Amino acid sequence: MTNESVVHIHRMKDMPSSHLLGTGTPMCAGCGGLEALHNMYDILGDKTVFVNAAGCMTLLSVYPFTPFRGGFLYTAMASAPAGAQGVRDAMDIRLQKKLLSADDDMEVVVVTGDGSAYGMGLSATSGAMDRNLNFIYLCYDNEGYGNTGQQYSAATPHAAITSTSKTSHGYPGFKKDLFSIWAAHRPAYVATIIGAEPLDLARKIEKLRSMKGPRMLISLSPCPTGWDYDPKLSVEIGRLAVQTGVWPLKEYIDGKVVHTKIPKKDKTGKRTPVEEYLKLQGRFKHLFQPQRDEAGIAEIQARVDAYWDKVVS
Amino acid sequence: MITAAGSAAATGVRVFTATSSQGLLYGMEMVYTVAGWRAPFVMVNVSRGLASPITLESDHNDILAARDSGFLQLHCASCQEITDSVLMAYRLAEHKHVRLPAIVNQDGFYLSFTREPVNLPDAEKAAAFVGAFDPENIQFKSGAPLSQAMAVLGGGPYSYFRYEAHLALQRVLSVYDEIADEFADTFGRRHDIIESYQMDDAEYVFVMMGSFASKARDAVDSLRSAGWKVGLARIRLLRPFPKEKIRQLLSGRRAVAVIDQNLSMGMGGVLHSEVATALFGMNDAPAVLASYIGGLGGRDISQQEFFEMVDELKQACDKGKMLEPRLLYTQDELTEIRNLQAIAQVEHLEINNKRSKK
Repeated sequence: MTNESVVHIHRMKDMPSSHLLGTGTPMCAGCGGLEALHNMYDILGDKTVFVNAAGCMTLLSVYPFTPFRGGFLYTAMASAPAGAQGVRDAMDIRLQKKLLSADDDMEVVVVTGDGSAYGMGLSATSGAMDRNLNFIYLCYDNEGYGNTGQQYSAATPHAAITSTSKTSHGYPGFKKDLFSIWAAHRPAYVATIIGAEPLDLARKIEKLRSMKGPRMLISLSPCPTGWDYDPKLSVEIGRLAVQTGVWPLKEYIDGKVVHTKIPKKDKTGKRTPVEEYLKLQGRFKHLFQPQRDEAGIAEIQARVDAYWDKVVS
Repeated sequence: MITAAGSAAATGVRVFTATSSQGLLYGMEMVYTVAGWRAPFVMVNVSRGLASPITLESDHNDILAARDSGFLQLHCASCQEITDSVLMAYRLAEHKHVRLPAIVNQDGFYLSFTREPVNLPDAEKAAAFVGAFDPENIQFKSGAPLSQAMAVLGGGPYSYFRYEAHLALQRVLSVYDEIADEFADTFGRRHDIIESYQMDDAEYVFVMMGSFASKARDAVDSLRSAGWKVGLARIRLLRPFPKEKIRQLLSGRRAVAVIDQNLSMGMGGVLHSEVATALFGMNDAPAVLASYIGGLGGRDISQQEFFEMVDELKQACDKGKMLEPRLLYTQDELTEIRNLQAIAQVEHLEINNKRSKK
C-alpha cells in the first residue's frame, strides 16, 4: 500500500490557529499531553471522534462539559482501540446505507495515556492493527500512571523516581520500545512526536491525514506533577528531550524508519548531554544530589549514544 | 468485542454480538460500561460453567455475574426460543421507554453443541417485526457535536444516571406483553415472561431457568401420571425481575422447589433468593420454599431426583418444617470422584517414591 501525502505546513506561521479544543479543562498547568492534543486537533479539525481509555484525558469531559467540538466516547482502560473499531464500522455501515453523507464522515482517533498504550490496551491495539483498522491512535506518554499519582508504567524510563519506585536508584526497569512493537505490526504509519516541536508534529499529522489504515502516534508528554518540575519548564524540557536524543523524533512508513529531527552536535562532535534534560526534573534529582551519581548519569548517556550510533555515524 | 459492539451501537447502527462464559467474564468491565451508554443492542450468551476448575458444559454462574449490569436478560430453553427471543429482544431493548442492551441466554452444550429443528422466521416478516432502527439522539455525525459516556464527579449525578437506567429496565415489564402478543400474532409462537406448565391446579411447583426445565416438564408429566399435582414455572425474563408475576403465580401453592443451576458461593442459589424476596410478606405465600442446586457444570438432573424433590416438599409441608438447601448429587457420583482422587493419590505416591530412590 502506498500512501499519497501532501504537506502544506513548512513554517510556524502555516500552523492553524483555530484552537478547537475548548479551554477550562482540569488538566494540570504545563500538561505536555494536552499541548500535543491541542496541536493535533487543530490540524485534524472537528470531524473527529475521540475514543478514550481511562487516563488523565478522561477528565477533559466531565458532565455536562466537554471541550470536544466533534465526538467523544469514553470506553475503558484496555479497550479503546476496540471502541474505535465499533465506531469506524458503524460509520462505514451508515455511509453505505446512505444514512450518513461522505461530508458528515468523521476520523476516529483513539486517545490514551501510556498506562493503557504500553500495558493493558496493547492487546486491543495489536488486534486493531491486525484488522488494518482505519484509525489514528495518539498515546500521550508521560511515562507513568500520572492520573493516579505517577506509579510506574511500562513507559517509565530507567532511574526515574515514581510513587512505586522510590528507592535511591529509582525505577530499575527500562522504557518499553512501543514504537518498534507497533511498527512490527506493519501499520500504515507510526511516528513519535512531542508538543514542544510543533512543526515536526504538524507535518506528521498532516501526512497521516491523507493516509488510510492504522496511524499510530506516541507523544512524549512532559508532566509537571509526575516528573516534578515547574510547569513553566514544560516546553524547555520537551525540547531538551529531543536535543539530547532521549526522545528520537521518527516515523515508520512503507517498511522504513526515518528520523525526522537528528539532534545537532557541537564542534567537538557531542550532542547536548542527557544531564541537561535530567537535572531539570525532580524524578531524577537523586542522580545529582546529595552526590552526583556519575555512573548512573553515564549509563543513561551511554544508552542514548548507543541508540544514535546505530542511526547516524 | 463488547466494547466494539457497544461503540457501534453508540455510533448509530443496530448491532448483534455473541459471547460465552469466560469470554463474558473477560468482557465484564464492558458489560457494565456499555449498559450505561443507553445504546441498545442484542448479545447472545452461551452459558457455561466458570473456572476453576475449567469445564465446557452449561451452568448459569456466568450470566448471573452480569445480572446487575443493566442489560435485560432473557433465558431460553430451546433453539427455537433463542431465535425468537433475539427478535423480541431487539424490540424490548430499542423500546423508547427502555433503550438498554439485552442478553439472550442459551445453555452451552445442550443448546449450542446439539441440533434440533428450528423454524426460521421469514426474513421479511422478521424485518417488519423489528422495524427500522432508530438511534434516537445517540450517533456520531459531523456538525452534531456529541460527547458520550463521559465522567461525572460525585455521587449525586452518578446516582441519578444509575437509577435512571434501573427505572428504564423496569419498564420492560410494562411493554413486554404487547411485544409478545405481536410476536405471537406474526409468527404463531408465544413466549411469556414466565412459562407456566401444568400450573392451573399445581400444589407443588418447580421454579427454574434454561434448558434443564425441559427435563422438569417430562418429570411433571410423569409425576402427574403418578397422581401428584405438580407444575413448572420457568422464568424467562430474569432482568427486570418479574416480582409481581411470580407472586401471582406462586400464591396459594403448597410448596415450591427452586432449582438453581448456579451457586453463589457463601450464600446458595441465586434464583432461590430472588424468589424468596418476591414472596416475602405475601399473605398466601407457599409454606415451603426449598432450594436445590442442580445442573452445575452440565451435571444431569434425573427424573428420579424430581420425584424425590416433590416427596421432600410434601413431607416438609406435612411436618411443618423448612428444608435445608441441598445439592443434587448421588452416591454414585461421590464414588466416582473418590475413585478419581484415589488414582491421583496413587500417582502422587509413585512420583514421590521414584524421587526418593534417586
